[in-house]
Formats: sequence, C-alpha cells, structure tokens
Amino acid sequence: MMKKMLLYLALVLGAVVFLYPFVWMTLATIKPEMEILGSGLWPSRFTLESYRQVVTKIPIFRALLNSIFVSTVITASVLFFSSMGGYALARLKFRGRGLMLNTILFTMMIPFQLTMIPLYILMIKLHWTDTYMALIVPGMLSGFGILLFRQFFLTIPQALIDAARVDGLSDYQILFKIVWPLSKPIIITVGIITFMNTWNEALWPLIVIRNQSLMTMPQMVTIFTVGGMAESQLGVKLAASMIMALPVFVAYAFFQRYFVESIAGTGMKG
Amino acid sequence: MKKMSSQQRSGLVLIAPYWIHFLFFMAYPLVFSVILVFHKWDVYTPIQWVGFNNFIRLFHDDLFFQAIFNTLLFLMIHIPLQIAIALFFAVLLNQKIRGRGFFRAVYFLPVIISGVVISILWQQLFSQETGVLNNLLSGIGLPKVPWLNSPEWAMPSIAIMATWKNVGFYIVLFLAGLQTIPYSLYESAKIDGASSWQQFHRITLPMLNSTMLLVMILSTIGGFSLFIEPYILTGGGPMNRTLSAMLYIYKQAFYFNRMGYAATLGFFFAFIILAVVLVQRKVVEQEY
Repeated sequence: MMKKMLLYLALVLGAVVFLYPFVWMTLATIKPEMEILGSGLWPSRFTLESYRQVVTKIPIFRALLNSIFVSTVITASVLFFSSMGGYALARLKFRGRGLMLNTILFTMMIPFQLTMIPLYILMIKLHWTDTYMALIVPGMLSGFGILLFRQFFLTIPQALIDAARVDGLSDYQILFKIVWPLSKPIIITVGIITFMNTWNEALWPLIVIRNQSLMTMPQMVTIFTVGGMAESQLGVKLAASMIMALPVFVAYAFFQRYFVESIAGTGMKG
Repeated sequence: MKKMSSQQRSGLVLIAPYWIHFLFFMAYPLVFSVILVFHKWDVYTPIQWVGFNNFIRLFHDDLFFQAIFNTLLFLMIHIPLQIAIALFFAVLLNQKIRGRGFFRAVYFLPVIISGVVISILWQQLFSQETGVLNNLLSGIGLPKVPWLNSPEWAMPSIAIMATWKNVGFYIVLFLAGLQTIPYSLYESAKIDGASSWQQFHRITLPMLNSTMLLVMILSTIGGFSLFIEPYILTGGGPMNRTLSAMLYIYKQAFYFNRMGYAATLGFFFAFIILAVVLVQRKVVEQEY
C-alpha cells in the first residue's frame, strides 16, 4: 500500500514537472506584463494585451497561413509519393528494386550537416531562395516514408492483389483503389510525423527565407524573439509562441494516442 | 511474360519521382559538397579553387573545436540524464497502475512542441532573479543558480531543458521495450530469491539492450543537431560556451558567407557523427 502511494506520488510529481511550465506560459500570456515576473501564478486581471501587440508588431497570421500551407502540401506529397514507392518496393517485381532499397538505407545515414550548405547553394542556382519552392520541394519526398509504407504493404495479403489483377485492374488502380483504403494506420503515422516535423522546422527556413511574408511560424517567432522586435517584452514573446503551439495542443488533446504511437513507433521525432 | 513486363513498367513509373528527387536534393548536394570543400566562395563573386586550405584552416580553428567540445559536453550530460529519467518513469509506468495512458500522454507532450516554443518558455523559467526554477530553489533554501548567464552553467542548462523536452519520447520507447520482457523471467528470479535491484540489473537491463542502443543513437544524432536552442537562448554565449557545432557552421555560412569553409566543417562534422554512432553501437553490443 505504502509502495503504491509512493508510485503514484512519483508519477503525479512527474506530471506536474511536465505540465506546470505550459500552465505558467498560458497564464503569462493573459496577464499584465508587470506580473509575469512576479512570483504569483494567477493574474490579478486577465488581458489580451500581449496578443494584441504581437498581431500589430508582426504578420503572425500570415506566418500561420504559410505554416499551414507548407506543412499541408509537404504532407500530402510525402503520403502520395511514399505510398507509390512503398508499393513498388513491396509488391512489384522489377529490375532496380534492390538498388533503390539500398539507396534509401544509405541516404538515411547521411547527416543533414553534410548536405545543408550544398543544398542551400542549389536553391540559389535554381533561384528558389525566398520562394515557397525552397520551403516545399526539398521536403516533398521521404525515403523513410517509403520504407514505412513498404513495411506496411508487405502485410497485405497477396491474394487480394492477385484477385484485383485478374479483374483487370492496373497496378495504379490497385494501389489507389484497393490498397489505400486499407492503409489508414500507416497514412496516419506518416502523416503525423511529416506534418509535425515540417510544422516545427526552424533551421531550413532560417537558411532559405529572408522575406518576412514567406516566413513560417518557427522562423517568424524566432526572428521576432531574438531580433529585438519584441523589445524584451516577455508577454509578447510568450504570446507569439502560444499562437504557434496552440494548434498542436488542440490536435494533441484529441488525438494524443495517434501522436504517441506514430512518433514513438517509428523512432522519429522533430 | 507479358505480366512481368507490365510490373517492370509500373514499378519504374512508381519509383521515378523518388529517383528524380534523389538526384536533385541528395546526390547533387553530396557530390557538390566534395567539390565545395576545395573552394572558397561567398556566393556573389566567382568560385575560387583553394586546394586543401579549408582543411588546414579547420585544423587551426580553435573555435570550431570548442564548438565540437561544447556539443560533446551537451551529449555527455543530456544522454545519461535522459536515459536515467526515462528508464525510471518507464519502469513506474510498467507497474499495475491506473491512468497509464494519461501519464504517458502528459510526459510526451513537450516532445511534439517546437523547440522554438520550448526555448522561449524556458528562457523565462531560467531567469536568474525571478525565474520559476530559482524561485523553487530559494523556496527550499538552496542558492540561486545563474543558469544561462554563467559560462559553466549555460550548456548544462540547455542539456536540462533538452532532456525535459525529449524524455517523454524515450519513456515511451523504454516502456515498449519493457512490455516485451516475459513476466515469467521475473517470477523465476523471485523464486531464486533475487532482490528487486538484482532483477533490474540482471533481467531488465540486458533485455532492454536493443532499446538502449536505439535510444543512444537517436539521442546522439538529435544532440549533434543542437541548433535552435542556443540560437534563441544564448546566441552561443556566454564566452562561446553554448556555441554548438551546428550553430558555428550556420554562422560561418550565413553570417560570413564562407560557403566553402562551412561545407568543409559540415563534411568533417558528419564524419565525427558517424564515428561516434559506430563506437556507441560497438560499446552497447559488447556491454551485454
């Protein structure tokens, strides 16, 4: 009994350690600037002044739209192309299959540190810096996504695919009409990982984007915070962060099981 | 025979997008990185051949080695701390308890929040005079810690923050590993009179070997990419003590426009990463 109590005490203490900073942050964005550094957690009065200032100082909603746009296009593209590649690797016999598999495994070992600079130079040569192309195109395909789809497709019964072939369906029809409807779990997994990673990506946008109207949330909030525009007001920094984190909090509240299982199940995180 | 060729054709069509993408955004950068390390280039003026000068410069670049040292220091604090805490909570969650799903979800929450948000939030928690952490310390009668302001504490502070952000991910990995250990092993150990600690040491740890390797490799690779946290929190200071290798490469490339040199640093750093990961794999495999 005593042991059980200690167990729960440790678990609850842990929960407080992970939750309290977020609670503090949420309340800090809706209290007067003066009180943020005070020792009290609860505000004397609620105010949206910090949010009002963020909205007037930076085009935060533009950044929000950019983030939604870039993340959605990349996620849709990764799902589409990964399922194609994964299907070919798992279910079709063709020359070059082994080469492709080995190439994917090889590229997954290459650290981004190695290709970052040359990739930026490629963007310059293509005249893609300060365009959506630079934000989107390099992320449109993922070798890791192909591997995940391949693994899932290997579990689909061959008899099903053979039957569809007998009915005269082409490989493309089989993939999109027969296999896709059965692939909800892997679509959710790859979708969540890709969307999260793109949504949270800060380094690559910092490299290729200078034009404020093209910035995504992580870059906009970073520049705002370290660039002096926030004028060391804590409330506005935290409010800007909150606007960026809120959609994720809400999505997580509803779908936390999918988030945890997708990210931990594949060993991928942002 | 006809069927084979149709599979051949659709196979090639389905993987064509991958190869095109690979050629542009992986093969070209890889090849170009090898060319770039022998050149000096500021993007605006014509590219200039410099032979091995970039490498010679690298070996005399004390700041780069300081940055690598900083990154390794970060890893040496971050990884053991993370493994210890993650194992602790994973073992707790693996007991017969209520609300496992709830606790797991709460511990995992910081994992999905952007490092940008986490850094801005922790900047306030770390605040020397009025931050939550120092208030807590003085509340229990301990002296205040200068966290990000002191050269000695700055990197450990970032390591603590990164641990708080990522540990939920590793809790879930360890929990999954724990759940694959057959309960019968513990039962027979109990019959043989093994203590809880002996069970943990002799059964749990060895059985978690492959999870441990995964955790080490993932957190090492993640740790070597340390960038946005020092970028936001300290800019690499105080006294360059939080200048991570990634931040240094970024500064060389985008503050000073030294593309050839930055590519050389990236090249060199990538080999260090590979070497460290390979050594880790060897060590963990030998340990058990």
